[in-house]
Amino acid sequence: MHLHEKIPNNVNLHEDRKLLRALEKWQPNYMKWWQEAGPAGFQADDIYLRTAVSVGSEGWAHFEYVKMPDYRWGIFLALPGKDRRIPFGDFLGNPVWQEVPGEFRNSLRRIIVTQGDTEPASVEQQRRLSSSAPSMYDCRNLFQVNVEEGRHLWAMVYLLHAHFGRDGREEAEELLERRSGDFDKPRILTTFNEPIDDWLSFFMFTMFTDRDGKYQLLALAESGFDPLSRTTRFMLTEEAHHMFVGETGIGRVVRRACELMKQDPNEDARAQGGIDLPMLQKYINFWYSASLDLFGGEISSNAADYFASGLKGRAKEERYDDHVALSGHYDLEILEEGALGHKLVPMRNAMNEVVRDAYVEDNQRGVDRWNRIIREAGIDFTLRLPSRRFNRKMGIYAGHDFDPEGKPITDVEFNARRFEWLPTESDRTHVRNLMQPVLERGKMAHWIAPPAAGINGKPVDFEYIRKA
Amino acid sequence: MGHEVSDQTPVSFETDPSRYRHWKLSFEGPVARLIMAVQEKEALRPGYELKLNSYDLGVDIELADAIQRLRFEHPEVRCVVVSSDREKIFCAGANIHMLASSDHGFKVNFCKLTNETRLAMEDASRHSGQRYLAALNGTCAGGGYELALACDEIVLVDDGNSAVSLPETPLLGVLPGTGGLTRLVDKRKVRRDLADLFCTVAEGVKGKRAKEWRLVDEVVPRSRFDEFIAKRAQELAKSSPARASEGIPLHPLAREIGEDRIAYEHLLLELDREGRRATLTVRGPAGDLPSDARSLRALGSAWWPLAAFRQLDDALCHLRVNEPALGLVLLKTEGDLQRMIAQDEIMFRLKEDWFVGEVLLLMARTLRRLDLTARSFFALIEPGSCFAGSLFELALAADRSYMLDDPKRPGAVALTPVNGGAFPMSHGPSRLQTRFLGEPERLGPLLRESRSYAPEEALQAGLVTVVADDIDYEEEVRLAVEERGSLSADALTGMEANLRFPGLDNCDSKIFSRLSAWQNWIFQRPNAVGEKGALTLYGKPGRPSFDPRRT
Repeated sequence: MHLHEKIPNNVNLHEDRKLLRALEKWQPNYMKWWQEAGPAGFQADDIYLRTAVSVGSEGWAHFEYVKMPDYRWGIFLALPGKDRRIPFGDFLGNPVWQEVPGEFRNSLRRIIVTQGDTEPASVEQQRRLSSSAPSMYDCRNLFQVNVEEGRHLWAMVYLLHAHFGRDGREEAEELLERRSGDFDKPRILTTFNEPIDDWLSFFMFTMFTDRDGKYQLLALAESGFDPLSRTTRFMLTEEAHHMFVGETGIGRVVRRACELMKQDPNEDARAQGGIDLPMLQKYINFWYSASLDLFGGEISSNAADYFASGLKGRAKEERYDDHVALSGHYDLEILEEGALGHKLVPMRNAMNEVVRDAYVEDNQRGVDRWNRIIREAGIDFTLRLPSRRFNRKMGIYAGHDFDPEGKPITDVEFNARRFEWLPTESDRTHVRNLMQPVLERGKMAHWIAPPAAGINGKPVDFEYIRKA
Repeated sequence: MGHEVSDQTPVSFETDPSRYRHWKLSFEGPVARLIMAVQEKEALRPGYELKLNSYDLGVDIELADAIQRLRFEHPEVRCVVVSSDREKIFCAGANIHMLASSDHGFKVNFCKLTNETRLAMEDASRHSGQRYLAALNGTCAGGGYELALACDEIVLVDDGNSAVSLPETPLLGVLPGTGGLTRLVDKRKVRRDLADLFCTVAEGVKGKRAKEWRLVDEVVPRSRFDEFIAKRAQELAKSSPARASEGIPLHPLAREIGEDRIAYEHLLLELDREGRRATLTVRGPAGDLPSDARSLRALGSAWWPLAAFRQLDDALCHLRVNEPALGLVLLKTEGDLQRMIAQDEIMFRLKEDWFVGEVLLLMARTLRRLDLTARSFFALIEPGSCFAGSLFELALAADRSYMLDDPKRPGAVALTPVNGGAFPMSHGPSRLQTRFLGEPERLGPLLRESRSYAPEEALQAGLVTVVADDIDYEEEVRLAVEERGSLSADALTGMEANLRFPGLDNCDSKIFSRLSAWQNWIFQRPNAVGEKGALTLYGKPGRPSFDPRRT
């Protein structure tokens, strides 16, 4: 079978001999990587997966049973816009680039490699989760997320192969050589080297960390380099599902916590073998703050350069009035001698912060929906996003201590109270102990409520995984 | 805009390991570890932070001190491992915000001083058998890589991400300022076309390719890195014979700093700000001269040649950085000429002793610092002076020398064996060889024995520029000094640098004669420091815009 027939694409792969040759060399290594680092077990089973076979509305969500290694990882770019113009920066209004401008070759390659590196990383982080899935439905969702992350890796590799010559091919190979958490060849960003060994963390990851991914993709979708823009726009259609998995996953844990509280004389969900709301809050505190770090420094010359050069914009650039952003300032809260103050940062240098603002707002909507579940259960408890200064390891707040409300505190105070705010070892052990696999059709683990609906109009007790 | 350095607290060049803020120095037998641990908030000047192990002059002053002390205080050390305390970063190079906010003179001086420090590392390897091993445990950019290039061997961690790079041209519109370009092709013999590729890729080269291109000697995975470095350091240490087991402590320089003078034990620096000149007077040795290796080791850093030249070195650094407007330095000496000759002869006789050898090397470095100082130097040779041998090198280094011929108070200059090559200039030859480039036959007779020359003899022998009698001397000198002060400082800098180094180039001298000159020029060009220059806009919202016209 010819490779181009195995790879659904809308980039005329069968005519592009250069690209075909590059992919022919890369694809076997990719399969090797998938077997070594992809989901453990289940590789021979039929999974009810959504596969993109074209970019049209009927083609991007095509459902069928497929063995994961046979999943048709494809190369899809959103359809080109007519006479698309660079929407921001110093080249505002110029026609978009179809080829990489030499001046920005290195920056673009760096952007693509960094984005590309996160895709296989999360697959590696989630490799062992299938052995503790709370239901067949959830296990299938995990695999869906995994194969799509794999496809997103393909998308970035396509750009590297098609536009960056020998360097691009080498970078594409290295994307398969690095491994999450590997001491010698770690993934580029720290958060993608953290282990994810329980499902609560997985839901948090898909809620918060994948949402960072969404905002990075939105910012790249604005790029003046059109192939990057088109690729990321298509990736965004798939990314939405990942956040759905995270948000509804946590929502179901919340719902179950409420049910268990009602059953317990002391309203203690934990005593009833569930995950209690205060512990959920701690997990939120941890994962939200770790994901905020992924946006980069509050004041960033890279961000300014990328914006100026038209490489990376703001999420939904059209919502802003000023697309040059040379005159405005961003009012940043800074810590000076222990007290919070204000600093005006040139707008371009604050682009990471602008994107982070949109991200924070988006997360809040999810948290509001969880709180509605709690309120409807008649329970007096509110989940909150901590202040964006809390528990940061990157940027201007790193190295300082803040409480979840964002008030500066001493490190002594922080350490005295961190067990109230962040998951402790015993919290993690409790969660891990709850993670007993439940894979019978329609059954759910004790700590999680069933979803409101199944996948693609199928019932919740549909056979999403057919054992070989 | 750049700040006026002279308005700020003067920079002190004196430090010691107990006061280091940016480096950690530790010892394991013959191996020393020099770990870069830059404190972000401890910049030398306000206005920038030393993020990512980037450095400013304060960091380099400590490095220079450490290199010097390793040679004197730790002769048992045969290998120095240079690494960083950061997990993913070795060093990001010179701090860009510091460069962008410094005036032109400070930038050039900073480059010059850091260059001299890198050369001192190579000098320590070549002459003191202390091998330098760069253990690049993370990304290494610009000046960080140049620091590694000054080492004998470079080992880079192979973690799929750590790279070496010289991003100055693509990112900043300037050049790598501390010998990076020269060392790539001259020292490491990187192919010039590959060097060209390397120097234009801002993110640099990592892993296998870095080794293939000879940018590094080894790439080693993170898990085996420490073990590899430890083993390689031992091997390097073994390859170099031990000199001594016990070192000589370098005690602090006693200085009295006044408004217009700095008094050292053997040196007086007088500052005439109105006349825009300084007078530097070195006092020769006094009293009995210790004449065997044991007793002069007992004197240690109080031994005259070491003490006087350390003080001279400090004074030169001070003048360069803290007194940029004093364009002319008058060099004088005071003391007994015969005792000075005797002092040199003792030193020359004992030159195989490791400590004496080390002192000679330090004197040579100090004299090179003088050669490379962008000030006019006039030596004033007057009665009661002791321009003999090693101190006569000051007169040889000067741009001109004026000698007073006063029959009532006869004066003289003298040559000793040390003038034969103990103090090579940056480009290799001695100052006497350089002086007589066109008449090499003069050298033999001059160096046959230690002897002194009366004024007329000195003039005949070509050892001084002008001899004047007691009636003319004062006027002659006044005119020369005033005339010098009226000339363009920039033109003088260029003129002197051209005239001081005739003859062939070597790697060291190229770093100064080519690199410094080019860097000096590029640092002033609009593409670097203009309103839209790359250095001006670094870290700011705008993008640089380059004037495409070439000269």
